[in-house]
Amino acid sequence: MPSSSQTLNGSEIFFECLRRENVEYIFGYPGGSLLKVYETLYDVKDIQHILVRHEQGATHMAEGYARATGKPGIVLVTSGPGATNTVTGIANAYMDSSPMVVFTGQVPSTLIGNDAFQEADIVGITRSITKHNFLVKDVKELAITIRKAFFLATNGRPGPVLIDMPKDVLNASCDFHWPDTVEIRGFKPTVKCHINQVEKAAYKIAKAKRPLLYVGGGVISSNASEELRAFAIKQNIPVTMTLQGLGAFPGNHPLSMGMLGMHGTYWSNQAVNNCDVLIAVGARFDDRVTGKIETFAPQAYKIHNDIDPTNVDKNIKVELPIVGDAKHFLAALLEAMPKKVENLEPWLSEIQTWREKCPLTYTNEEGKLKTEFVIDEVSKQTAGNAVVVTDVGQHQMWTSQYYTFTNPRSIITSGGLGTMGFGLPAAIGAAFGVKDRPVVLFCGDGGFMMNIQELVTAVHYKIPIKIFLINNSFLGMVRQWQELFHKEKYSFTDLGDSNPDFVKVAEAFGCKALIAENTDTAQQAIKKALAYNEGPVLVDFRVEKKDMVFPMVPAGGSISDMLLARLNPKTMV
Amino acid sequence: MKHIISVLVENKFGTLNRVANMFSARGFNLASISIGETEDPEFSRMTIVTNGDDHIISQVVKQLNRLVDTIKVTDLTRQPHVERELLLMTMKLSKTQQHEIFELINVFKGKVVDIKQKSITIEVIGSPDKINTTIDIFKPYGIKELARSGAVAIHRGE
Ligand SMILES: Cc1ncc(C[n+]2csc(CCOP(=O)(O)OP(=O)(O)O)c2C)c(N)n1
Ligand SMILES: [Mg+2]
Repeated sequence: MPSSSQTLNGSEIFFECLRRENVEYIFGYPGGSLLKVYETLYDVKDIQHILVRHEQGATHMAEGYARATGKPGIVLVTSGPGATNTVTGIANAYMDSSPMVVFTGQVPSTLIGNDAFQEADIVGITRSITKHNFLVKDVKELAITIRKAFFLATNGRPGPVLIDMPKDVLNASCDFHWPDTVEIRGFKPTVKCHINQVEKAAYKIAKAKRPLLYVGGGVISSNASEELRAFAIKQNIPVTMTLQGLGAFPGNHPLSMGMLGMHGTYWSNQAVNNCDVLIAVGARFDDRVTGKIETFAPQAYKIHNDIDPTNVDKNIKVELPIVGDAKHFLAALLEAMPKKVENLEPWLSEIQTWREKCPLTYTNEEGKLKTEFVIDEVSKQTAGNAVVVTDVGQHQMWTSQYYTFTNPRSIITSGGLGTMGFGLPAAIGAAFGVKDRPVVLFCGDGGFMMNIQELVTAVHYKIPIKIFLINNSFLGMVRQWQELFHKEKYSFTDLGDSNPDFVKVAEAFGCKALIAENTDTAQQAIKKALAYNEGPVLVDFRVEKKDMVFPMVPAGGSISDMLLARLNPKTMV
Repeated sequence: MKHIISVLVENKFGTLNRVANMFSARGFNLASISIGETEDPEFSRMTIVTNGDDHIISQVVKQLNRLVDTIKVTDLTRQPHVERELLLMTMKLSKTQQHEIFELINVFKGKVVDIKQKSITIEVIGSPDKINTTIDIFKPYGIKELARSGAVAIHRGE
């Protein structure tokens, strides 16, 4: 490594900084404003550049990598269209709090504002979807800006940070100086919780008769699963998880309640409805979780721990806000409660009754293939050990219900933004980060087409992801809403006539492909796919076309409005 | 309820945009915003006037704090503070009403900053309430153009 005070140009400084931030991979795509960077990159051997086929793909890959590893994902794209193509991926990472640093090339600083060729005001465009962003106007500012960007992306509530680098800045030279420390006056996240507040929480929980832990992605991102496990098991408190929180607590433990909310389990939602103390950790009372806010956990004393103060009292007023890192909170809470909460058996058995009343089940029918079966089977064959990536739609919700997540960082899915097209690139990114566990993707036939170009990337880099295409010939989730709430007007959701032959498409990309149309062939195909590690493999599961995901709490509804199964549409008013 | 919030920010390009953008992105009301460099050129002070119930204002303050370029956010509303606004206003000047206008300028402790054959430009400094009243009172005399600075505010010293 060059020592400080060596003269380097902007591009060299860029790589020098990435080295010091221990970057392994850059997901990128070249262009005019980045020619100097790619010139330098030609001789860089210790950082691997992954060539994507669309800049949106790069952002989702970076996020997949980040979520699988906990390290920030790095994106490098050119100015103008390259930069604007990253917008969806940045917004996605912002909504789901994933650490990411996006580097965009920019036209020379002397031309900024002149509508120069391939100029876009990407700093302006991404202001509301980044944690922070920077335009570097002087090469002397480049190193410190990169240092700050990594610090911001990974500290406090993680999120995406963007750095815009004009072409002349990348060409100019200066003495390279890597700052040892970084100080940002306006960014001082509260990591340690106020101990008085923790003690107050402990006091309330100790007296609870029906306590419930409601945990979200914050527990995963702060690596607090062990603390959660220790606390919940010691206190015998059941745990319900958000979509992003799945895996924070082992799904096969008797205290695990699975997911809550719109497509959550019946017993989770009943437990929320009946609990007397709700302990929310690293979760943000999203509307997909709460439904109608006035009727959410109506009897509960609500304790809310979150690293981001803006999440507290945002959607719901809580009795006890505790700002701080989830790991610190749970460890402090464990310590503050040396004695076990007494007499929780009646509560746990009540939950058991709900569990038995409306379990998650499906019935296989002769000659038909149900998505639930496919996911259940993958869960069994991988023993819950896979990193599971999903796209957005019905298959995503079924994954949350039928895959048993036993470890943190095991589900990578677009929750906040709900971005179709996220799955394939995110799975590729995850597979770059995690090499000792299989990476499995459940993807709809609609969403698969949205970033299908990245199949080339997977093939080229021989990424052994298992693409389980849940092919129902419909934009299934939209179709479900049309059936339930829009008079069965199946407006533009039937893809049956227009979908391509996915096996042929995959093969044309150089990807191994299989087809499965019934339970037997599905079981075999899953087995084959899991055993194949030379590169990506796709299985086209021809599943039931018109199945719906239940239970379902209609948007804005209360737990009492929960739909448990398909009603005969004819009898529905 | 009306709130007046003082925000110390980095004196950097784009900071005003970040703050204003946050207000519009989150649907908060922004009645006025004013900004200027402080005694230390590294910082600027913004005075923001906004409306909302306690829940909204607490979110406004937290969201302002969350911006990386903000250093300190203070809701001055319930604290001892001084609040001032500058009004510049050009009015028609007719011989018949000249006298009355000058009287009123005195009443409002205003200053004449420019005077022409047919128009007069005055400045008035005061609380936004006083500025509102000033405008109401002068309206009948024929306001040609006016500009308000938006409120600036500061803690009262000890
Ligand atoms: C980019 C984008 N466009 C539109 C939507 C709206 N949307 C949500 S789910 C869905 C249908 C998804 O269909 P498919 O990928 O086949 O998955 P399925 O629901 O059938 O499992 C649509 C269109 C979205 N979430 N993202
Ligand atoms: Mg589909």
